[in-house]
Amino acid sequence: MDPTVDFLAAAIRIATPLLLAALGEMLTERSGVLNLSVEGAMLAGCLASALGAHWSGSPYFGLATGALGGLAVATVFSLVAIRGRVDQVIVGTALTLGTIGVTGLWYRWAFGAEGLGLTLPTVVWTPTVIAGALVVTVSVLLRSTIGLRLRAVGESAVAARAIGIGVERYRAAATAVGGLLAGLGGATLVLGQVGTFAERMTAGRGFIAIAIVVLGRWHPIGVMLAAVGFGALTALQFAFQAVGIALPYQLFLMLPYLVALAALAGFGWRARAPADLGRSLS
Amino acid sequence: MTAALALHGVSKAFGTNRALNDVSFAVGRGEVHALVGENGAGKSTLMRVAFGLIPPDAGEVTIDGNAARVESPRVARAAGVGMVHQHFTSIGSFTVEENLWLAAGRVGHPSGRPPISNATAVDELRAALWRGLDRTAAAETLPVSAKQRLELLQALATGADILLLDEPTALLAPAEIEALLALLRSFARGGGAVVLISHKLSDVFAVADRITVLRRGRVVLEGRRSELTSPEVAAAMVGGEIEPPPAPAATGAVRIEAGPLRVQAGEVVGIAAIEGNGQRSLLRALAGLEPMASGWRSEAPVAFLPGDRTTEGLIAGFSLTENLVLGHDRDARWTRGPWIDWGEAERWMGVLIDRFEIKAGSPRVPVSSLSGGNQQKVLFAKIAASSPAVVIAENPTRGLDFKATVELHHELRRLASTGVAVLFHSPDLDEVLSHSDRVVVLRGGELLPVRSTATRAEVGTMMAAGVGG
Amino acid sequence: MTAVWRAIGVGLIALGVLAATLAVLGFDPVAGLAALGRNSVGSWYAWSSATLVRAIPLIIIGLGLGLAFRAGAFNIGAEGQFAAGAIAATGTAMVMGSWPGPVSWVATAAVSTVAGALWVLIPVVLKLRLGVLEVISTLLLNFVAEQMVSWMVQGPLQEPQGIYPQSAPIPADVRLPVLAGTRLHLGVVWVILLGTVLWIVIGRTRWGFRLRAVGEAPVAASVAGRIPVGGVQAAALLLSGGLAGLAGGLEVTGVTYSLYQNLSPGYGFTAIAVALIARLHPLGIIVAGVGFGALEAGASGMQREAGIPAVAVNVVQATIIIVALLALRKRRVAAVAEA
Repeated sequence: MDPTVDFLAAAIRIATPLLLAALGEMLTERSGVLNLSVEGAMLAGCLASALGAHWSGSPYFGLATGALGGLAVATVFSLVAIRGRVDQVIVGTALTLGTIGVTGLWYRWAFGAEGLGLTLPTVVWTPTVIAGALVVTVSVLLRSTIGLRLRAVGESAVAARAIGIGVERYRAAATAVGGLLAGLGGATLVLGQVGTFAERMTAGRGFIAIAIVVLGRWHPIGVMLAAVGFGALTALQFAFQAVGIALPYQLFLMLPYLVALAALAGFGWRARAPADLGRSLS
Repeated sequence: MTAALALHGVSKAFGTNRALNDVSFAVGRGEVHALVGENGAGKSTLMRVAFGLIPPDAGEVTIDGNAARVESPRVARAAGVGMVHQHFTSIGSFTVEENLWLAAGRVGHPSGRPPISNATAVDELRAALWRGLDRTAAAETLPVSAKQRLELLQALATGADILLLDEPTALLAPAEIEALLALLRSFARGGGAVVLISHKLSDVFAVADRITVLRRGRVVLEGRRSELTSPEVAAAMVGGEIEPPPAPAATGAVRIEAGPLRVQAGEVVGIAAIEGNGQRSLLRALAGLEPMASGWRSEAPVAFLPGDRTTEGLIAGFSLTENLVLGHDRDARWTRGPWIDWGEAERWMGVLIDRFEIKAGSPRVPVSSLSGGNQQKVLFAKIAASSPAVVIAENPTRGLDFKATVELHHELRRLASTGVAVLFHSPDLDEVLSHSDRVVVLRGGELLPVRSTATRAEVGTMMAAGVGG
Repeated sequence: MTAVWRAIGVGLIALGVLAATLAVLGFDPVAGLAALGRNSVGSWYAWSSATLVRAIPLIIIGLGLGLAFRAGAFNIGAEGQFAAGAIAATGTAMVMGSWPGPVSWVATAAVSTVAGALWVLIPVVLKLRLGVLEVISTLLLNFVAEQMVSWMVQGPLQEPQGIYPQSAPIPADVRLPVLAGTRLHLGVVWVILLGTVLWIVIGRTRWGFRLRAVGEAPVAASVAGRIPVGGVQAAALLLSGGLAGLAGGLEVTGVTYSLYQNLSPGYGFTAIAVALIARLHPLGIIVAGVGFGALEAGASGMQREAGIPAVAVNVVQATIIIVALLALRKRRVAAVAEA
């Protein structure tokens, strides 16, 4: 096979779960909610998709249960951070921690002490197609009336409330969508790449998705470019290995994070975050 | 005649605080009805009830004679009521068009563009407000007067012909205020109804047909403008007489120099400027918070009274004592080397609480538990405790009511009479003119001396010349 | 006193949630909780050699994070700074094998502190110069640090045979002394020292006051307090990085005696919770650190003796954080209602 094609395929395959989760987080953040439990929602999506696909034998059913797994985590976040008005950053961090525990226990319960060398039915390009369609949908959505209101809620809860927009409803809805997409991202990781579940298998991808939202400047096209860029940098190691360049492979594993950091530094993006991001209602 | 909007026997309590007590109020079509009163008198609460932002404990609202359950702003807007809030509600990163779409409820709504015909009073007002406004400009880039017009357009976006305006002139220049008041008049003449909340009696007497005065949640005076006088209304607002300030006592020693701006020890100099003409940088440079232009000087120690008391002047969550130490954490009275003696600082704060008659339970309570007027007194106590040579005050009466404003100017004058050089700015030209010994105009970052014989109109022209919008 | 009761209440709720979760998922909750208790607080050995040993890094990192959070700087990169400190301590220990004990203990501590501070220096510069949020930049550097450790233990610092991905054991003289019959090492002295000093500095000195002012209201601190906000936040971030680095150094010289991957079971993240539920108070951080240390210690015991995955304890920690915050929030609402 053509190495360039291989490289591109690898880049897109790595980018897809990140893109799904980042699109969801972007919508959530546009409503003014900083949900750091994406990592947990992705992990819940991983387990739920493994269970769903294993039980039904259908990877598509697994994608659906994965999305619901993410939704479950987002719902808890919504209740505590939005309804309960507890600090969003802390709740997000705590939920990620809790999800690691719950998924670990649940996996052990479902598949025994040994775990299961699961080989799940897989999907290859379906999630990528879904992600692509979502980029278009979200771009259009943001320009619609609903999108205008969503952005208004994220920019100024006070102003939005003054004209009668139900701020908490929009925020809860955006958080729920964020959870669904993070769960779908997790499901993609299991059913599109790895083919099984392992404890802590997301390994920080949820946090990468948050960085991608920032790098993509809270815009669907930007988020897509950032995700694909991240995927390409990660795929680079395979390409270099194929060519046989002898550098410590860890350098390649570091590269995406270092480039992300450099990109943040280079953008001067600070002014573009939704103005009410992360602030609870008073 | 049926009132366009009427509130009957409205009461509202927040905890033990009775914000509104059996208040009735009505505005008819063709009428501008001014609602005046001190802070906390209940003006804003009353309008928020009328607009559905606060449910009343008792009483009802009628619109065009029909009892209406105004349970949300959505209902109020559907019934033809529009409100302009005291603070800007446009979203800075949205364009003018997007802000109007948002207010109108859908993307692409015609209110996002100037009206095509001038058939109705609403269209006529909208056309006038649109003049010079770019629908694709981001709201945060607009000058203050254009932002204020955008607020009005937002209120009108759903076709409102009953307008509730909360302090719409607070940040405008004299000429802009006149233009706005004229628009409101002609809107009312054309069949609209306007409720104007203001603490500027000059605005009220220039435009209102009727005046209602609220004090402590009750209506204390109500009548046609032609039957009332300004002192009468002021007395009703405050509920008593106001004592005159001490006399000026300039000594000649120049403490502040910045081009044509010179402030001597013992005098109060006012800076007249429209919002956004560089007053922020000027004052902060002279206060030592930003770099100064060459040749400028202001004699240390300088005390600065920032424009935003609650976010810049004080730390709301800190106690009174901690706020005293803030900015004075090398003061020998309560520090030894790096150590802070909190007991000693607290004793000093206790002394200041007595001297400035601050209504606070103890020096340990957080500043956030104090009223706006008492917070301002804490700031003053801090300043007095630091024995400054120069005091620089940036819009020091912002958010203060009539009585507290008068007291604040007395305090500034008292400081000046002890040999301090006082420099202050307010966006309200009348306030600057009536409380300073001399006035300097700041326009586009440039200081312009004002003749001592200049009239109010002349100063107003100097402030606005060349400023667009 | 009410604070103590509230803490006990929150702890009981969290253990209840754990028991319920275990029961629902078919594990034996009684055996699980018994193993948890036995291996954390059940004996002097469990206290000294498991609970407190795990509490040391949590407390030292937590004290540093407490400083940063008080200054309003959100450092969530302690995991990476811990790794930087561990690498530096290992490297230093290798070159100073023949130095007298006390000198090398201080030297490894100093070098690991500096390494941790250097690791957070990039986020600090990016924040001050370009306004890049430290939440994201410190987080990204955690992943870089992880790879850095991986490279070290398979490259420059790998044991001489070159088989296992870990460093050679550090020389005996460099290892911190332990309390006789236990695994409790000299790091506990650092805990007491740092906790006390920070408690006094925050409450009684100008620096502590400025730190609190900056965190509470940066604009007012700058305008009314004339405090250089960026400088104070930078100093707090560097200190927090330094302490996380110190914790990494102490872990290598006091516990593991060699560097390997996944040296920290998430201390850098758990310490965030430790600092927050203690409301950033240095003495509270010590108490919370011991509590979370007990959970970590008990979790390994639970896995060993009752076959329950150690991650179960994450459920307890998450519950504690969320319940504690909800409880604090209620009190704040009550305080507002009184005012």
